[in-house]
Amino acid sequence: MVNRILVGAHYGLKDWIVQRATAVYMAVYTLVFAACALALPEFSFESWSALFGNGVFKFLTFLFFLALFYHAWIGVRDLWMDYVKPVGVRLTLHVVTIFLLVGYAGWAAQILWRL
Amino acid sequence: MSKRTVQFKIYRYDPDRDEKPYMQDISVELEASDKKLLDALVRLKSVDDSLSFRRSCREGVCGSDAMNINGKNGLACLTDIDGLPQPIVLRPLPGLPVIRDLIVDMTQFFKQYHSIKPYLVNNDPAPERERLQTPEDREELNGLYECILCACCSTSCPSFWWNPDKFVGPAGLLAAYRFIADTRDQATNERLDNLEDPYRLFRCHTIMNCVDVCPKGLNPTRAIGKIKDAMVRRAV
Repeated sequence: MVNRILVGAHYGLKDWIVQRATAVYMAVYTLVFAACALALPEFSFESWSALFGNGVFKFLTFLFFLALFYHAWIGVRDLWMDYVKPVGVRLTLHVVTIFLLVGYAGWAAQILWRL
Repeated sequence: MSKRTVQFKIYRYDPDRDEKPYMQDISVELEASDKKLLDALVRLKSVDDSLSFRRSCREGVCGSDAMNINGKNGLACLTDIDGLPQPIVLRPLPGLPVIRDLIVDMTQFFKQYHSIKPYLVNNDPAPERERLQTPEDREELNGLYECILCACCSTSCPSFWWNPDKFVGPAGLLAAYRFIADTRDQATNERLDNLEDPYRLFRCHTIMNCVDVCPKGLNPTRAIGKIKDAMVRRAV
């Protein structure tokens, strides 16, 4: 097994599409967010929390974070795949990355719904 | 063009004599008939016959004399010598093991090429004359079949540098699409299955160095995009 090159994991298309779809969503969200932020009567805590208190905006923002974390998972995983060759180390890094990103998603939800 | 002298800086490495590679400064006087970089290299070899490089057809068809010319991969036989800034820096194709001087070991490159089964798969009995295509179907193969496997593209691709054992590379993927697009081929599904892999196809990050260097003006990035399109069409 030592010198065998193993390829043929039969995945990749889904991640490739998801990475593009999340990128488009993040770009659109950034525009919506910029427009909403500029339309605020004043930059104060009250107007800021009123913006994020809106249910639709909360939903869109949470979706943005999920898109960001899924997008980041594919990008960071590709980095590990390119630069970390020992399989054990790579698998550990994959798991740590997933744990971190899932944790961040929970944290983002907590912050959003606290407002 | 009259006689002129051209300055070179050439990567030299003879594993039997040199401990490590070095760059050699050398100049050569060219005759009026010397037009291409390959002419100058042949002239140079008549002065120093230890200089090693591959060449054969000297007209951009065999793909033997691919090398890194002033930092960009290309064919010596298609490159005008007078258009190059001097000293002309020549190195072997990047990312492949060097056998000697400008000669690289292409085993890995051809291994990837063979992995996509670069031949028509059709299990029907052979017709009396030929397997016909419509002109439109044949048109799709233009820009794909012309590849001469010089390896300029794959050896300029960072994804191929990082994973030459797993990523097929632009030349192999261009050939893969040539058979996926061929209406006479019956193994389209198997071909797509073979490439549905995070390394074999999806290591391409559309850097497009391949398009930039191809001496035949081909576009592997477009072919790779069409393979992805075919996978999407199959999946959704």
